[in-house]
Amino acid sequence: MSVGIVPPLAGSVATGPELPAADGGPRRGPAVKWQLLGLLVVWVLLYKLLDGRWPLETGVPENAQDWLQNFASTIGDNRLTNPLFIYVLNPITDALQSAYDGGVWITQQLGWTGMTAIATAAALVLAGWRMALLTCIGFLSFGVLGLWDESMETLVLVAISVLLSVVIGIPLGVWAGLSRRFEAFLMPILDTLQIMPSLAYLPIISLFFLIGPPSGIIATLIYAVPPVIRLTAVGIREVAPESVEASRSLGATARQVLFGVQLPMSRRTRVVGINQTVMAALSMVTVAALVAAPGLGQVVLNALVVLNVGAAFNAGIAIVIMAIVLDRVITAASRRVGSAPVARRTRLIGWGVAAALVVVGAMLPAVLPALAKWNAAYVYAFTDAVNSLTDWAKHNLYPITTAFTEWFTSWFINPIDALFAGTPWFITIAMWTALGFILGRFRPAFTALFCLLGVVLLALWPSSMATLTQVIIAAAITMLLGLVFGVWIGRSKWADRILRPILDAGQVMPPFVYLIPCLFLFGPTRFTAIVAACIYAAPAAIKIVGEGIDRVPSDSVEAARSVGSTTVQEIVKVQLPMARPIILVALNQGIIFVMSMVVIGGLVGGGGLGYDVITGFAQERQAGLGLAAGIAIVLLGVMLDRVSQSAGRVRRTSSDLG
Amino acid sequence: MEGNLVGISRRKFSAIGVMAATAALLLSACAGSASNSSSSSAGTGSGAAASCGSTPITIAKNAWTGYYANVAVVDYILRTKLNCTTKISEINEQVAWQGFPTGQVDVILENWGHDDLVKKYITDQKVAVDLGPTGNQGIIGWYVPAWMAEKYPDITDYKNLNKYADLFKTSESGDKGQLLDGDPSYVTNDVALVKNLGLNYKVVTGGSEAALITAMQKATDNKSPLLFYFYEPQYALATIKVARVKLPEYTAGCDSDPAKVACDYPPYTLNKIARAKWVDAGGPAVNFIKKFNWTNDDQNQVAADIAAGKTYDQAAEAWIAKNQAKVDAWLAG
Repeated sequence: MSVGIVPPLAGSVATGPELPAADGGPRRGPAVKWQLLGLLVVWVLLYKLLDGRWPLETGVPENAQDWLQNFASTIGDNRLTNPLFIYVLNPITDALQSAYDGGVWITQQLGWTGMTAIATAAALVLAGWRMALLTCIGFLSFGVLGLWDESMETLVLVAISVLLSVVIGIPLGVWAGLSRRFEAFLMPILDTLQIMPSLAYLPIISLFFLIGPPSGIIATLIYAVPPVIRLTAVGIREVAPESVEASRSLGATARQVLFGVQLPMSRRTRVVGINQTVMAALSMVTVAALVAAPGLGQVVLNALVVLNVGAAFNAGIAIVIMAIVLDRVITAASRRVGSAPVARRTRLIGWGVAAALVVVGAMLPAVLPALAKWNAAYVYAFTDAVNSLTDWAKHNLYPITTAFTEWFTSWFINPIDALFAGTPWFITIAMWTALGFILGRFRPAFTALFCLLGVVLLALWPSSMATLTQVIIAAAITMLLGLVFGVWIGRSKWADRILRPILDAGQVMPPFVYLIPCLFLFGPTRFTAIVAACIYAAPAAIKIVGEGIDRVPSDSVEAARSVGSTTVQEIVKVQLPMARPIILVALNQGIIFVMSMVVIGGLVGGGGLGYDVITGFAQERQAGLGLAAGIAIVLLGVMLDRVSQSAGRVRRTSSDLG
Repeated sequence: MEGNLVGISRRKFSAIGVMAATAALLLSACAGSASNSSSSSAGTGSGAAASCGSTPITIAKNAWTGYYANVAVVDYILRTKLNCTTKISEINEQVAWQGFPTGQVDVILENWGHDDLVKKYITDQKVAVDLGPTGNQGIIGWYVPAWMAEKYPDITDYKNLNKYADLFKTSESGDKGQLLDGDPSYVTNDVALVKNLGLNYKVVTGGSEAALITAMQKATDNKSPLLFYFYEPQYALATIKVARVKLPEYTAGCDSDPAKVACDYPPYTLNKIARAKWVDAGGPAVNFIKKFNWTNDDQNQVAADIAAGKTYDQAAEAWIAKNQAKVDAWLAG
């Protein structure tokens, strides 16, 4: 049922099917509301009394950072002597390099005609002629954008990473689906892999696997493998217990149950997981470029250095097109598998056409050498158009955006920052612990306490509070956008049709592309960091809220309408309350997606932990700081995740009780 | 319903892809001009001559425009004049050094100091060697847009900065003036400097070179005040006019304790670093890179061309056409 609605890119609640049904339920008790208000009042009072006392700037020795630093340089020094390198890591590196070189060699031999033909044929056989058409147009557009070679390099990188993710992820996912204990062990690791900013560990990966494609593949793998593990596990769990029981009662062994019932019946969920893995892999393209992995990411980075927004956008569009093609084809293919079998004749025709396409496409470059390379005359890049648009915006919108930035910073960012960072650290920790307790009793309270103490031990308190402020504001804006636009797309089909492609682009377009326009408009400020985070996180929140509104049974809405409710009443009194459990999921995903943009925020004036991570990446002797900041980001992410999750759970238990 | 990250049902397939591609196909007919955005000039030369060796020379390419200019010219000469094969490895400045022990990087064309890396890879491990200066002088310091220096002539002395602190106030810096810092690749002493010089300023972290340059452009276009950390050579300075703020003069060792720094940044002699084994093997390429030496102006010209959209080869050709004598000197004997 609900598998796909939550993009399980990150975070532990990303397991779609565990979504509570849209059943409404009672409002939050007034008690919780008053407790929260009381907490805020106490906090503000304590802040007024104790502002700036006992600052935690450098009070704690930076042992943890030093230790991480030594760890990093020890690895580098032993790569030629350590048996781990000689017998394990170096062969892996070589294998990955060969796989990459081989893949690129194949795409070069086939040329653009052959690659387009093969991709189209595959889409035709797996997903039908509409998808074949889409694939064909998508591949040709790589050439039109003038980015054929780079697109193929990226495709090869993504393909290898996804293949490895599937090979590693499905067995782990099956195990986690069968064993609660293993799942409990695995989930925190997956959380960490998804929240930990890749820049924090990229220098270490490049020490293990050298700079170039192997490191790019490993970094992508780390970020992309969690979705397929999570959704494989969910799929196994989802299989109706009756089916498993029935099969068992007929005397099937555990092995037979797994391969005969559980795996086949969870196939669709698993494919959604693979789909998410593909998307996650594509979102790593620019990051992998930082360790010299070739492809579209390089184009984006190069353009960024000379502030050529147009060239970066052009490459970004190629990434978006690749993502859309892969997404639609995989989704359509997974549906076909479940649906009624296609007539044999139709299938044979499909295979026939596909085979013919491949042969013709692959032969063309040999017959007509002119077709081996994409003709530069047929290139239309967005570069110049986008650059003129950017120039116009930066000269005409600038006064308004600057004034707005100043206003927003003074009224929202500075006060919240003062509250978190100005109050003595132990009081801030106590307040977060109390918040966790109010919302979910002991577990979230202990999580908050543990995570914030961890931040203190890492000697990163001021940075962490700066980051926490921005994350919370960005999450609030994300939710506001999510509610407004989510209700809109949930209620109107045409709004959905218009907004979807924009939302898709917002999620897949590499953030590096829109950083420069954001900088032109809002300057290097914390507000810019918040804007960048919202561009990335809001689409997910909007989609999830829209899904929730869409799922509200139409008879409830009809009933409200029949007693004369206005549209506003219909939304506020019926649809939003009934969709509330899913809206809480949107909040949770919004927070985690915002967390994943902390480092990007550091590039545009966000400061805080994001800047620490970048510094660690840029300076070898600061690698310890980068790693420590990465861990601090994970701690904050886990804290916000658990606290916001418990906000949903409290309400549900109370509804169970009565 | 089955949505997902890109999440659309199959019926609504991809308005964006179709629209973009169709529009592009239609337009491609009349778009005669080929885009250069795709062609990074990391090309391979046509058949390496024996004298250069057949293995490609791997040049690390760090992400700033001045460095791109060095790569453009050196790579062009290696390929066209010396018949070498080259491979450009786009890589982070400090990660590039990891390539010396592993043989993945042969040469870094513009190195900014990095005493810690010099010690580790040149002095201790002996896997890299210094190939001498590039001729470029690296300057790090505090700057204001040129219009400010004209309007407030005494602003270029740090002693007068407190007088003007109000001008530089932003919502980021609160009731103090803002000093915009940028690139995390460099240790800045700015926080200590502000404190030790008794300045009523707050250091705000821009976070990237891009953040700094956009801020400089805006401050120049709109005549808005800005005090910022920057460095030369940098092509942006060819179009954005700035003035340097004088800090207490640098003397050797005055920056040895990072917490007590109260003096200007040292001038950097930028140099080339190469892999020891590659240098030992010798050959015309090593000799050429050893001799490669040009001025900040030379570099800025090539960098500005690249930033304006020329390909690396075009930018290199344009500069070489005007500076044949320098090139001949690099290639002599």
